[in-house]
This record gives sequence, structure tokens and C-alpha cells, in this order.
Amino acid sequence: MRTAAMRLDISTKDNRVMAMEPPYAPEDMVRRHRLTTRLWHWLNALLLYILFTSGLGIFNAHPRLYWGQYGANFDHAWLELDRFPGWITLPALYNLALSRHWHLTAAPIFAFALLFYMLWSLAGGHVARDLAFRRGELAPRHVWQDICDHARLRFPTGAAALRYNVLQKASYIAVLFIALPLLILTGLTMSPGMNAAWPWLVDLFGGRQSARSIHFLTAFALVAFFLVHMLMVLLAGPVNEIGSMITGRYRLPRDRP
Amino acid sequence: MILTRRTLLLGATATLAGCDRIARQPLARDILFSADNFHAWAQRTIMARDALAQEFRPEQISPFFRANGTANPNTPAYKALWRSGFADWRLRVDGLVARPLSLSLSQLHALPHREQITRHDCVEGWSAIGKWRGVPLKLLLDGAGLRDRARYIVFHCADDMGGGTAYYESIDLIDAFHPQTILAFALNDRPLSVANGAPLRLRVERQLGYKQAKYLMRIEAVESLLSIGRGKGGFWEDRANYDWYAGI
Repeated sequence: MRTAAMRLDISTKDNRVMAMEPPYAPEDMVRRHRLTTRLWHWLNALLLYILFTSGLGIFNAHPRLYWGQYGANFDHAWLELDRFPGWITLPALYNLALSRHWHLTAAPIFAFALLFYMLWSLAGGHVARDLAFRRGELAPRHVWQDICDHARLRFPTGAAALRYNVLQKASYIAVLFIALPLLILTGLTMSPGMNAAWPWLVDLFGGRQSARSIHFLTAFALVAFFLVHMLMVLLAGPVNEIGSMITGRYRLPRDRP
Repeated sequence: MILTRRTLLLGATATLAGCDRIARQPLARDILFSADNFHAWAQRTIMARDALAQEFRPEQISPFFRANGTANPNTPAYKALWRSGFADWRLRVDGLVARPLSLSLSQLHALPHREQITRHDCVEGWSAIGKWRGVPLKLLLDGAGLRDRARYIVFHCADDMGGGTAYYESIDLIDAFHPQTILAFALNDRPLSVANGAPLRLRVERQLGYKQAKYLMRIEAVESLLSIGRGKGGFWEDRANYDWYAGI
């Protein structure tokens, strides 16, 4: 077994070279995730956990959602829920001020970390190398093949496991460049101070209450992503997958017999 | 690895209990509670000092304006004022001013007005849009003549929040002199109702609802908030750790 930590991305600048994969063998340990990616991943895990649970605590203060500029008890709510239970809110006992302190402490750290990571992954080649769709990947037949492989839980083996497949790419791009920025922008739109500073935010989302609704929906879309993400990690081999997100080193899966 | 719903529930609860324990540590509290300073600084940095809160068209007004906070002060003193149609009510302007004022409602009506259709945002998450008419706070502060040492404007209210403590709030001079900061006596072309703060309430449009002090009795210019209430500048700030800067 070769353990040399070969760089997967020797050929970052040139996709054609990349396509010619170095001679990896199954069970090789290869470097997979950069330090920046790993730090950002675990920081996000912590911050999104705090943001989601404290966000539910804030939502409990007025568990109704509206579309448009205004919305209060006498107006039509498109969604009305009971309060979320204490085991999923931060803090467990209803305390709006403390939920807000948690949320508004974590939010700027989360926002600036995302901004940094977006710039780093765009400028450093992570997006171009690992996330951008390759020619032919978006062809219906290819996408369908990928869906079928996922449905049959046929995960790629050997060096092929190092490349994200089209569904993975699509979901990572959607989370990184759509869902997470949307959460931040709709969160800012709920701030009356930010409304005075950047009035275009309110116009962008069609009103403060619309922004609050989109904030809530996006948060739950992210929970859906999280559940699928957990399922995929469990199915693909949790020790190897989680280990690689901690150490950066990934053991290439053996070929299926 | 089998994750049951029970394990997940226990895990989530244990982690959140950990967060709750963290929130009781003095250092963690200091960090959590000072995020407000960062937001205030960041917002003030990117925002022009007189940047206006959004104003809306008449057709965007909420069909029913939900009142926030106290619905009726119900104290004997307030009831007596209300019965007389607030004829005996006076607004005092004092503290660090050169010329303390005492103004009746009709004197306030005679001053120049500003009218604005703005959105009221409650800290709980709801919003209501209403048309306010009132006297710019700047006019009164200029009339009373702020002393150089004055840094904050404190609003003393008539609603008893229990134990004889009346509601109070405060803002700094940037918000006090902001063109949209008015002492409103009318909502949607009608004199303020009791639920909405009759006879006079503050509108400080770039901040949340609990800053919009109702049932105003006295406006005091001070150098520091430490001597007001328990020192954090407002009733909910002192009682429930709400942020003093409520632009978020």
C-alpha cells in the first residue's frame, strides 16, 4: 500500500491533465480536503448549529410568517406554527433576548467566514477545479446516470471517488453560492438599521416580512441538505469521510468485487 | 452505526444544555452581550448619519396597526389625564439643558410637524406600517438648548411596568437629531389611541419597537446612562438583557 500523500490536484491549472489521473491504487491515502476547507467546514458545523437553534428560539416569539412589507396578528399569515420545543431551541427555556444574543454573535462570524471562503475558493481554484461542471456533465443522460447510481447506492471507487459527481457539485454550489448568502442577506433585511443603510435589500426580497419568510424557508432547506449530507456520509463510510474532513487525508475506496 | 431518534434527541439536548451552561459563564456572557456593540459600530460605519428609514405609500399601510408593549397604563394618574382629554398633561424637557421646557399638547400641535409612513418592527418579528405625525425631537432639543455634556436623551413614560417602575428608554444624539425622529401625537390621521401611546410617543425609525417609548411624560438629557434605572439605558435592557442599540 502506498501512503505517499500525493496531491490530487497536481494539475489544477489544466483540466485535461487532471482528466489523465495519476496512477492511484485503491486503498491509497491521498490528500483530499485543504486546511481552509476543513476549518471552514467545522466552524460552519458549529455556527449553523447555534444559528439554527437560536433562530428557532427567536421564531418562537412570533411563530407566524407573512409575505410582503408588513405582517402582524391581524394580517394573513401563510404559515402559523406552535412554538418549537425546548430540546431544539437555544436556550432551552424561552428567552428572546438570549436567543438573539447567540444568533447575532454567531451571524457576523458566519457571514465573514463565508465571504472569505467564497473568495478563497474562487481565487484559489477550488471552484474551478472541484465544483465547476465539466463538459458533458450536465447532459441529461449523464445526470440521469448519476441519479440512478445514487439511488442504487453505487458510490464511485478508486480515483473516481476523488471527483465530485454532478449531484454533489450541484448541491455544494447551491449551498455555497445560493442558500448561505440568501440566509445572510435575508437576515440583514430584517434589521431596521440595515434597511436605512441599504434600502435595496428590502426591495430585493419584496419586504421585511417576505425576507423573514425566505430566511425561515432557506434555513429548513439547509436542514434538508444537512440530513442528506449525513446520510451520504454514513453510506459512503463515515470513518473515512469524517476522518478526511479532519486530517485532510482520504483512503481511496476499494473496487467493488 | 445506528442513530436512533432517541440518541439524536439526547445528543441535541445535551449539546444545547452545554450551550446554556456556556451562556452562564461571565466571559461568555460578555462576548455574547457585546455583539451588540459590533453591530452598532458596523451599522453606523456603513450608514450615512442621516440615512432615512424607508417610507411607504398610503396604500401600503397595515389595515390594523398592532400596538406594542403596554396596552393601557391604567394608573390613577394616567386615567385622570385621559379623562381630561390630556388637557392637564405636560411634557417636561429637562436634565442637561439650558432652558427646561414644559409643553402642553396644544403647544406641541402648534409646532412644525413631520408626517411619515414607516414600518414598525417588533423585536418579536412582526411588522406594522403606519402614518405618524409629530414634532421633530430636534426642535425641542434646540429649543431647550442641550448642554455640551449631554450625550443621551432619556424618555420617561407613564406606564407602570410593575412595582412602581415606569417604562423608560434612551437614544444617543445621532438618533435624537435624526430627521425622522419625532414625538408623534397622531397615527393614521387620528390622535394617538391609548393602546398606541396617547398622548405622545417617540418614533425612532431605525430601531426596533421597544425603543419607541409610549405615554411620554418627561425627556431628560444626560451625560451617562449609568444613573438611569439599572444602568443599561432602558426598561427591557435592564430587566431582560435586550440590546440597547436596537438597529438589528
